Amino acid sequence: MNTASAGTLESGDILIQIAPSEKPGIEIELQSPVAAQFGRQIKAVIEETLGGLEVNNVYVKAVDKGALDCTIRARVSAAAVRATGKDVWKD
Amino acid sequence: MMFVPGNNPGMMADAHIYGPDSIMLDLEDSVTMAEKDAARFLVHNALKSIEYGNTEMVVRINPLNTPYGRKDVEAVVKAGVDVIRMPKTETADEVRELEAEILKVEEEIGAVGRTQIMAAIESALGVVNAYDIATASKRMMGIALGAEDYSANLKTQRTPGGAELLLARETIVVAARAAGICCFDTVYSNLDDMDTFRAEVELIKSLGFDGKSIINPRQIEVVNEVFAPKPKDIEKARKIIAAIREAKEKGSGVIAVNGKMVDRPVVLRAERTIALAIASGIISEEEAL
Repeated sequence: MNTASAGTLESGDILIQIAPSEKPGIEIELQSPVAAQFGRQIKAVIEETLGGLEVNNVYVKAVDKGALDCTIRARVSAAAVRATGKDVWKD
Repeated sequence: MMFVPGNNPGMMADAHIYGPDSIMLDLEDSVTMAEKDAARFLVHNALKSIEYGNTEMVVRINPLNTPYGRKDVEAVVKAGVDVIRMPKTETADEVRELEAEILKVEEEIGAVGRTQIMAAIESALGVVNAYDIATASKRMMGIALGAEDYSANLKTQRTPGGAELLLARETIVVAARAAGICCFDTVYSNLDDMDTFRAEVELIKSLGFDGKSIINPRQIEVVNEVFAPKPKDIEKARKIIAAIREAKEKGSGVIAVNGKMVDRPVVLRAERTIALAIASGIISEEEAL
């Protein structure tokens, strides 16, 4: 696995950076203007998306700009596919 | 039909608020090659999650002869898109190739026949083959003109009067009508020139198009104003339909309204006026009766 990122810092988006980690599990560092209200939910969406892609032992840095859950899922998926090189769509 | 870049989550989330009849999320020209993969995930997840209501959802995919096209088809069909817009369509075989790709994915998810196809015609060859393209598949719901590529292919450029597009526009309308499907006109990109935009919408309505592609919510109002039937036209259409109904009940043949004979084309035009008035929200279905 490599380090990879997806997303932007534009309003309504989220920038996701994924890097391999020696620690087990998924470690998430989140910056968000709504962290107090939705931080737990944003982290849960990130974990659930990575779990669905069977990506583990990673460090995730997420800089949120008010992204919807579907945008978070999309950005995490894109970053994970870029990091692992394993696409979810058939060639 | 409002074009929305497929790599802009903020615009994708808000687009339906402005009330376009359909939204076209774009994976093709508005997305750089480096972002094709990320835009595909965005569009897939947006289609699955955002409540777009009655807005028809269209996705413009990349051509199947690129490394992105087949993945685009899989992602959007699995997300339940209403219509796939095929760019730069030149032959009926290209439509059939897309149809086969769609069917493969639909069979995998148990949703055969759900996805419709719209073909964008953007070259001289596409215009020459317009009827074959329009009739290439039962999934075809419409054909559309893509004028920027078409003008470049003709070795000319777009002008405010649109003389360079006239043959393509007329050919596309005739092909669509002969095939019994819809036809949509190209975008107008200069947002600072609303007068020319309005003139173009009036022109394409008079040619017979069903709608106009737009790039900004500011253009919706003009298109609706031009396409919505006027009150006197609605009233006249109602009188014609009422007279026809009465004539049928009495078993009489030829009828006249306001001293003019009403024959089949007049009735069809009246029915279309009422359908447009309902679609534009001017009258309700109950009021149309």
